[in-house]
Amino acid sequence: MTSQADAQPLVTLQNVTVAHSSSPVLRNVNFKIAPGEIVTIVGPNGSGKSTLLRTVVGALEVQSGDVSRSQGLRIGYVPQKLHIDPTLPLTVRRFLSLPTPVKNPEAEAALEKAGAGKLMNRQMTGLSGGQFQRVLLARALLCQPHLLILDEATQGLDQPGSAAFYRQIEQLRQTLGCAILMVSHELHVVMAASDRVICLNGHICCEGAPEHVASAPEYRALFGTGTQGALALYRHEHTHTHDHSCGHDHAFDDEATQTTDKAKQATKDLI
Amino acid sequence: MTFLDSFLIRAALAGVGVALAAAPLGCFVVWRRMAYFGDATAHASILGIALALSFETSLFAGVLVMALLMGTVVSTLSGRGYAVDTLLGVLAHSSLAFGLVAVSFLSGIRLDLMAYLFGDILAVNQQDLLIIWGGAALVIALLWWRWSALLTSTLNRDLAHAAGINPQREQLILTLALSVVVAVAIKVVGVLLIAALLIIPAASARPFASTPERMTLIAALIGVFSAVGGLQLAFEFDTPTGPTIVCLAAVLFLLSNIKRLFDQASD
Repeated sequence: MTSQADAQPLVTLQNVTVAHSSSPVLRNVNFKIAPGEIVTIVGPNGSGKSTLLRTVVGALEVQSGDVSRSQGLRIGYVPQKLHIDPTLPLTVRRFLSLPTPVKNPEAEAALEKAGAGKLMNRQMTGLSGGQFQRVLLARALLCQPHLLILDEATQGLDQPGSAAFYRQIEQLRQTLGCAILMVSHELHVVMAASDRVICLNGHICCEGAPEHVASAPEYRALFGTGTQGALALYRHEHTHTHDHSCGHDHAFDDEATQTTDKAKQATKDLI
Repeated sequence: MTFLDSFLIRAALAGVGVALAAAPLGCFVVWRRMAYFGDATAHASILGIALALSFETSLFAGVLVMALLMGTVVSTLSGRGYAVDTLLGVLAHSSLAFGLVAVSFLSGIRLDLMAYLFGDILAVNQQDLLIIWGGAALVIALLWWRWSALLTSTLNRDLAHAAGINPQREQLILTLALSVVVAVAIKVVGVLLIAALLIIPAASARPFASTPERMTLIAALIGVFSAVGGLQLAFEFDTPTGPTIVCLAAVLFLLSNIKRLFDQASD
């Protein structure tokens, strides 16, 4: 989409390295997202997906490199999970007004859009997993974001629940026209809904249109040839070689490899 | 003879002032699980008293500086991989111990240690009242101003960042508010019981509240009732005032939780 590529990007990461307690999680990442663009990040556990999102949000300090956001950028953020302390009484209505107060009709409209009507007066701690995620989404929509960020927003939902959730997102992009940046394990959703897919494993392995990425050797190395959803992750082979035209080193693929290998072993044991 | 000439009226006003400031702050202490943090800050203030006495500056300033220092040290270190409860346990009690040792060096000054440890609300003078109400007004204004941002960063740091709020700054504001409350509450309940005055009214308010704001209001009512009622009971039964106030608050906590048990049983 040339019009998108030409537009001023909402967020630009240049050569960014992020470390948790001195071991780098992301190294030399270049990333930008244009207005209205839908970008999905895929990658095995521990590959830095959430770290990348939180860097875009501004919640993490970068060790080196530059992060720039367009002037007056509004971000709607739906975190992976949100723990609400039981000592904090919070109705859905009150939650929607954090931090910016909204009027009743707006709050109702946002809940309706997110598929969570009629929850207005419930306590946040009393919601089911699916309801909770929808309320989080409704709150993220209320600031009329330029950029909506979803971090594995359907984690903990069953198959029909998450399918319904992503249908909602699909509709939202048509009505709101905001850019969406999401992490997802559900590869069929990713392939159907994204303009661009980024395959992450501590660095960006490959990126591009879904069809392009699906046929890229780096992606196949990470996810196998099938895109049959989450189990594909566990078929992750680590004997692969990247084609090193990308010009960065892959030194810390190993760390991610260990975690994934454990998962792989666990899956084998189950079978 | 004016209204403020009666020591009982002054004591009641002091108690009410501290209770009003402690209520909203206490709610944040409960929501953010900072109970030990309150303890550590309060215990550090005995060291502040020793320093203020030896340098002959105002007690209020000495306590404020020491409490602020402790609050900053704790919030800085807790972000750096120390186990927070261990860290607070070490800092709270060692600062109390160092404070007590430091006070013992001040041999030239007649010092009623008990008054600082357990409060001396009946000895509140007009100048103390001014400081207490000034401090309380400052804390309430500060929390009012930052309310939404504070709540958002209490809920989740990343949500705060996404909304352009810096949670570190909000943490600093809470630390500052806590130091002021500690400094003004010493005269009322003393170093050892300040945390109780923060936590018990907020915890008692929880079963009655459906929103954060309502919890704060109910906590303020419970706090004020405990202060005035405790003062009266202490006068009646000739018991130490600060501890009596805390005892009354604790009884209210018990009643509110009995109510909650009944609510749960009837569900």
